Amino acid sequence: MVETAFEPRIIGYLCNWCTYTGADLAGTSRLQYPPNLRIIRLMCSGAVDVSYVLKPLLHGADGVLIGGCHPGDCHYQEGNYKARRRAAILAESIKVMGLDPRRVWLRWISASEGQRFAETIASFTAELKQLGPNPTRVLWTL
Amino acid sequence: MGGLMGDAMQAMWAAAGPNRLGAARRLLRAVLASGEVDAMLVPLRHPAGDAITPALVKDPEMLELADPFAPVLPLNGARLVSMLTQKTPRPRVAAVLRSCEIRALIELAKLQQASLDGMVIVGVECTGTYEVADFARVARGEHPEAFTVRAACQMCEHPTPSGAHITLLQIGLGKEEGLCLASDDLWGERLGLDDNTASQRPSGDDGLKGDDGPGPYHTLSADALTLREDELGRLIGERAATRDRMLADMVEHTATPEGLADVFSTCIRCHNCMTNCPICYCRTCFFKGEVFDHEPLQYVQWAGRKGAARMPADTALFHLTRMNHMSTSCVGCGLCSSACPVGIPVGAIFRAVASRTQRLFGYEAGRSLDEAPPVRTFQVDELRGLGEG
Repeated sequence: MVETAFEPRIIGYLCNWCTYTGADLAGTSRLQYPPNLRIIRLMCSGAVDVSYVLKPLLHGADGVLIGGCHPGDCHYQEGNYKARRRAAILAESIKVMGLDPRRVWLRWISASEGQRFAETIASFTAELKQLGPNPTRVLWTL
Repeated sequence: MGGLMGDAMQAMWAAAGPNRLGAARRLLRAVLASGEVDAMLVPLRHPAGDAITPALVKDPEMLELADPFAPVLPLNGARLVSMLTQKTPRPRVAAVLRSCEIRALIELAKLQQASLDGMVIVGVECTGTYEVADFARVARGEHPEAFTVRAACQMCEHPTPSGAHITLLQIGLGKEEGLCLASDDLWGERLGLDDNTASQRPSGDDGLKGDDGPGPYHTLSADALTLREDELGRLIGERAATRDRMLADMVEHTATPEGLADVFSTCIRCHNCMTNCPICYCRTCFFKGEVFDHEPLQYVQWAGRKGAARMPADTALFHLTRMNHMSTSCVGCGLCSSACPVGIPVGAIFRAVASRTQRLFGYEAGRSLDEAPPVRTFQVDELRGLGEG
């Protein structure tokens, strides 16, 4: 039986104006990066409720990425500042509640940063390969 | 809101006399009859004899049933004050509240769910409260020594309310002191606490003095104050140690995903914890709505992946989401644990997270009206490095 290597599954909430456009630029630039990301487009990183991150994390997603504009550049002025606070609170809470904060990444990636986007997915995938599959994937009691 | 949260030193008074509860009732009558408020929210003894019920009182006669000292907290009065002050036109309300209720009220005011304008707060220093059912059992004749105060009270470092206009004191004060209270200058004057001729006053509806009443108020002696400070320090130290132990224990239990699942093993998704939390003010929590009514085939898919899937789904998600939404305003009243029908130590779990999420911002829920709740504000320059990668 051929054993397939572990391929992390990453869920990405990408803001329409910056990160999603940056991802598009990576594509049009033909930059190579691992195919492990599943993208969900939102208008703003500030629209991400913490439950959007917790749900995949509790169901076995190996990593969750929140992509937004750099602080100061949010299309809606303040959304990313709120996202930043929520991400900080989330990390503190899951740290003591049995989940691994290393599986949640907040990244500021602008529309012109196709390269940064590709690199982010590559490093996140590599790191998740090190961490291994999310144990919640088989935990039916959660 | 005038003197609320003012840092001015409050004078401390005592009125010697054997009937502390009677003296307290007379004090409350004086507040209600003062003309400064339209009604008073206060715990009353229920005629059934086994319960304390919060009630909004207009007739000072009804204050004969008041019992601010009864060691039971059926629900957090902050929620009730919110019902009385959030909408306009707004009555002028007096409220008799414990420390955790006042702190929750301060959070609700900052979350625009209550208003402190024109309110008179009578704080009650608290030595701990029993579960509602246990209080009833003792009232019906069971031995009080069979019961302990709630876990939340055992780790409460705030037995003395701050921010009240008048505070009824209990800790470190002997029975011989009678009714002891702290008061701001304005209420001290209104109540005539300073008035040494009061014992000559005829009894009347201003209620404070009378033939059957306590003696005139006198300021607490330096010795009495020292004894009190010592006892308060000892009690708070003991409570802080208990808190540290309980929270450390809890965090040990929830250190793994299995531990997280185990701590909520008995959860039946009644949502009592959320319903009784004074901070959870959403009229319809999205966990009760359609958002989490999944397609039937989705449930089957999840069951397929894991072999089986707990039903209903999203139990850990509910608790973790609630922690993220409200833990920065958690005041540790513990009513979540009290309301849980299946014995989950929700209060300890949430406090364990709350202490960390609040510390992240140097914030303490209920400490000040001037500090914005962390989820309602941000700084442009903060949490450096987060998001940079």
